[in-house]
Amino acid sequence: MLTDIERAKYREIARRIRFDVIKMTYHAGSGHPGGSLSLVELFTMLYFKHLVHKPNDPNWQDRDRLVLSKGHACPALYAVLAESGYYPREEMWTLRKFGSRLQGHPAKDKGLPGIEVSTGSLGQGLSIAIGMAISAKMFERRDNRIFAILGDGEIQEGQVWEAFMSASHFKLDNLIAIIDNNNLQIDGYVDKVMCIYPLKEKLQAFGWRTITCNGHSLDEVDKALEIAREKTGKPTVIIIETIKGKGISFMNNKAEWHGKAPSREQALIAVTDLGYPENVLDKDID
Amino acid sequence: MTIYEEHGWRMIPSRNGFGLALRDLGETHPELVVIGADLTESVRANYFAEKYPDRFFNAGIAEQNAATIAAGLALSGKIAVFSTYGVFASGRAFDQLRTTICYNKTNVKIGGAHGGLSVGPDGATHQALEEIALIRVLPNMVLIIPADSEETYKATVAAIEQIDGPVYIRFGRSPVPTITNKDTPFEVGKALTIKDGSDLTIAACGSCVAESLLAAEILDKKGISARILDIHTIKPIDKTAIELASRETGAILTVEEHQVHAGFGSAVAEVVVQTCPVPMHFIGINDRFGESGTPQELIKFFKLDYENIALQAMKLLERNF
Repeated sequence: MLTDIERAKYREIARRIRFDVIKMTYHAGSGHPGGSLSLVELFTMLYFKHLVHKPNDPNWQDRDRLVLSKGHACPALYAVLAESGYYPREEMWTLRKFGSRLQGHPAKDKGLPGIEVSTGSLGQGLSIAIGMAISAKMFERRDNRIFAILGDGEIQEGQVWEAFMSASHFKLDNLIAIIDNNNLQIDGYVDKVMCIYPLKEKLQAFGWRTITCNGHSLDEVDKALEIAREKTGKPTVIIIETIKGKGISFMNNKAEWHGKAPSREQALIAVTDLGYPENVLDKDID
Repeated sequence: MTIYEEHGWRMIPSRNGFGLALRDLGETHPELVVIGADLTESVRANYFAEKYPDRFFNAGIAEQNAATIAAGLALSGKIAVFSTYGVFASGRAFDQLRTTICYNKTNVKIGGAHGGLSVGPDGATHQALEEIALIRVLPNMVLIIPADSEETYKATVAAIEQIDGPVYIRFGRSPVPTITNKDTPFEVGKALTIKDGSDLTIAACGSCVAESLLAAEILDKKGISARILDIHTIKPIDKTAIELASRETGAILTVEEHQVHAGFGSAVAEVVVQTCPVPMHFIGINDRFGESGTPQELIKFFKLDYENIALQAMKLLERNF
């Protein structure tokens, strides 16, 4: 359980990240706000409490690794990296612009600190994380952990099931997959487009320890990440129950906000939804 | 006695060179790991796996996962070798090669086994005839098709010791004549002049180099002097050697165990037309799938044998197609 002071602190960070996502995609004129907003509480608790990392030494060898397999949600990742101090805040507004280190999908070769690997073609991130987890567990023998964040729609990719199978086969208990279960993908509800459920049962059958939590409750996400610390000989999956577009009135649970940027009018409404004065859209929050 | 044996060429599958190199490098490179996909012995990864069981991982029949795990290992500082049949390594896992292995410039080496027609009786499904087209378009990728087992050994060593980034090495299943030896020079990106000549150049890769060399003997008897180039590195290709061949011999015939469309000949032609255009002709598979048969039967059927190479060389010189 978080203390009231902690909860207030993380809530404020989450609010800032939501603002960053809105402002970034508004300036970019394109991007993926919906699936970024569903990850905000998760990223807050990971980067500000659970992840072992050093923003001023991004290549520190004992760091935990995070692979954003659903690479399109990079606005949320870019925001939490900036909020953690990996790179200057002003650079966020270059998202998707020519010459930017903040590419439309995470690009390792552009050198943005904190980006472990380029992702964007769905279904591959968990396998990358497995390679990293094998290396950490069997060769470096470090205590660090490897996180992979997947979308729920992404699980329709066959490779993800190859990866699920192999992670338990290799007994990678230093691997934590997190599934952003917002039940929406571009064409609509995940269970209507191509049903992936029941998820927990399938993953248990594949040899994973499963944890489920409300992905927008800071306390629940914190608790899930706390439980995940205990090593059981199996890989762990945390299914976070989330809402696509969470926190913005007109984006909440709407598939159409998967890959669309807010207009100026919409961004102003979003800023108000988050409890900020409208002028922060142009002059920033600090 | 076959014509190959008459030349004193030992018949060895090029995949052996790959396996032996991995086994030897395992000792000097503790960071070397190998990922297989259920074909451990076929691709000769067993040479490594038996000696270093802790550094060999079998991903099962799941090439996409296997290729991407290799990338994850490489991102953690390992030199990761992923090997399976070429059809699967290049085709089944193409997006993984493109977006994860190459875009991230990971230090992954891909062993494309059973390349070309060398898998013979297995038929079209398993005959990899599209790898050059698929692999050559990938940025950051190096593509090597060695002529024999010795050259495959050297190519594997070079890929692991000299190149920090993705390399695809294509090798074959069936025994092929070993035309190079331990002392033959090998440099990535540098074509090997196996035989000098002045009337035309026959450029080849893989087992087609040996056939081209035999073709040159027939041509010699007819008073035609053919230069034989072993262009083992398809990417980056040796532009200097190709331009020189164009200027000095005036005609180029390419030979490949691969589709002619977007294949080895096309790679050579790109250099020729931009440096010193000369008449060319391409021998290879002409827009069709393979079929079952012994590799020898198939080589003859698809006109990749030395007799046809010699014939096509003469036609090229007479401009008679």
